[in-house]
Amino acid sequence: MNLSRREQLTGRVFLIALIVVTLLPFVSMLSAALQPRGTVPSGLEWPSDPQWGNFADAFTAANMGALLRSSLLIVAGVVPVSVLIATMAGFGLGQLRVPGGRLVFGLFLLGLTLPFEAVVTPLYYQMQDLGLLNTRWAIILPLIGLYMPFAVFWMRAHFTNVPVELSEAARVDGSSTWQLFWRVQVPLARPAIASLTILMFLWTWNQFLLAIVLVDDSTKRTMAGALGAFQGQWGTDLVLLCAGSLLILTPTLIVFLIFQRQFIKALIQGSVKG
Amino acid sequence: MTSALGSAPTGRDDRRARPTPTRAHRSRWARAAGIGWLYVLPALVMYAVFVLRPLVLTLQYSLYDWNGIGVARWVGLDNYLTVFTDSDLLKIIGNAIVLIVFFSFIPVALGLLVASMVRRITTGAFGTVVRTILFLPQVIPLVAAGIAWSWLLSSNGLVNQALRAVGLGGVARAWLGDFDTALPAVGVIGAWVLLGLCTILLVTGMSKIDPALYEAARLDGAGPVREFLAVTLPSLRQEIGVCLTVTIIAALASFDIVYISTSGGPGLQTTVPGLEIYRLAFSQRQVGLASALAVVLMLLVLACVLPIQRLSRGEKP
Repeated sequence: MNLSRREQLTGRVFLIALIVVTLLPFVSMLSAALQPRGTVPSGLEWPSDPQWGNFADAFTAANMGALLRSSLLIVAGVVPVSVLIATMAGFGLGQLRVPGGRLVFGLFLLGLTLPFEAVVTPLYYQMQDLGLLNTRWAIILPLIGLYMPFAVFWMRAHFTNVPVELSEAARVDGSSTWQLFWRVQVPLARPAIASLTILMFLWTWNQFLLAIVLVDDSTKRTMAGALGAFQGQWGTDLVLLCAGSLLILTPTLIVFLIFQRQFIKALIQGSVKG
Repeated sequence: MTSALGSAPTGRDDRRARPTPTRAHRSRWARAAGIGWLYVLPALVMYAVFVLRPLVLTLQYSLYDWNGIGVARWVGLDNYLTVFTDSDLLKIIGNAIVLIVFFSFIPVALGLLVASMVRRITTGAFGTVVRTILFLPQVIPLVAAGIAWSWLLSSNGLVNQALRAVGLGGVARAWLGDFDTALPAVGVIGAWVLLGLCTILLVTGMSKIDPALYEAARLDGAGPVREFLAVTLPSLRQEIGVCLTVTIIAALASFDIVYISTSGGPGLQTTVPGLEIYRLAFSQRQVGLASALAVVLMLLVLACVLPIQRLSRGEKP
């Protein structure tokens, strides 16, 4: 593109400024996390004697093992089921085009901009009636429902773009709808399913509101909910708070760096379609 | 029969895309339709039980005075009247609207500025690094952003350290605890979270613009400003619409960041509807009023988002 050299340079400078601003909070937290316990750290100051042991203390204080297990259990409860039933519904609405499908789809769209705050109070009483308060089910079940508008929207968008001839051809070959779904459609939908899986994982792992409302015990919460509890407990011990927060972030960061390309693709597509 | 419809379904006119079935096909379609419903049903049930039912209950609660335990008393629209007349609640709704400036306008404006200068981020290593870093705030929980920035904006934090270093120690303060600066400080946290996303979305949109448009503009003697107004803005309409939609919802429905960084204080300076719903419902046991506020919040989101959708998608088929 024929931008002048000066323009390209200013662009770069802006980008680099943006990167610095994005990274500074993390660096500042790291510098605080490495100060000796009990001192009052200041903004950004590399410690003369970095206390890496703080992370070990934070690991114990935050009960990281239990937190990881809890978050993984919640993700395992939410993500596969959400992705499966959303894919099926997307197939039904987008490929099979069930009669009345447009109405149902409209009903799903209704939930697309719904703030979770709008339903959290009745959900509390609903979970109470079901006897599920303070269990992981209280997070898992509502999240599956709350993800449906976006997930169905997403999968339907994929399936409406798959030529119907494909289904027709499979039918002529005598395969049942179930076979058609699993053998033909699901393999073709793999990229859409992969992106959806990534988004659901991220949103579940980071879900805060439902976790603090529906579950008191922080070892039964999501990572974000546990982090909130950790702040409540260690808010005054800044060194430990920073160490613990960074520690709690680490699993997400590792997963993000490994699947970085897929994540970014999913996030871009996710926001464009949402 | 399928040749007429299948060639290039666009996904938009699926109503018309269905073929006129012959008799033989009709029975097959009917059976498929029945089976098709089985595919839609699980998602629909989960949605109905855990979203639609609570939504209807929120509407119902909003018409009652209820403490969550005892007998509910029908009060009609009184709770809504309270939402729209109580000065505290109006202030709280106002706070959310102020946050839109920080969560939406600043990231979109800065994103546009960067995008129009960068035009495209290379696909090489530099581009990958840039994208990865700018997406970090999207990947971490908002709670973590709240904790990090509470530290940055505290009395000993990086922001004040930087101010003192350049001789502006006089303005240094506990930004989140100060009556005048708390709300903008919370806004800055949101801006930080959303800036990277907006920038990437806008740069991505930018790279799809035909360079010939810019060449034509330059040949016509357009300066950078004219070029921005005549080429960049109209071409990015859809991307800007997406950014505004995502960020405005984030501002109006904000909860995590505020809960962590200020708990709504000092006073009510940073209390937002989401936090107030939580408080009213679970600490003050005013479930009816909390529900009315929830309904108002929901409508507020729709009132902001629907026009944007219409504007940004409307004319493009």
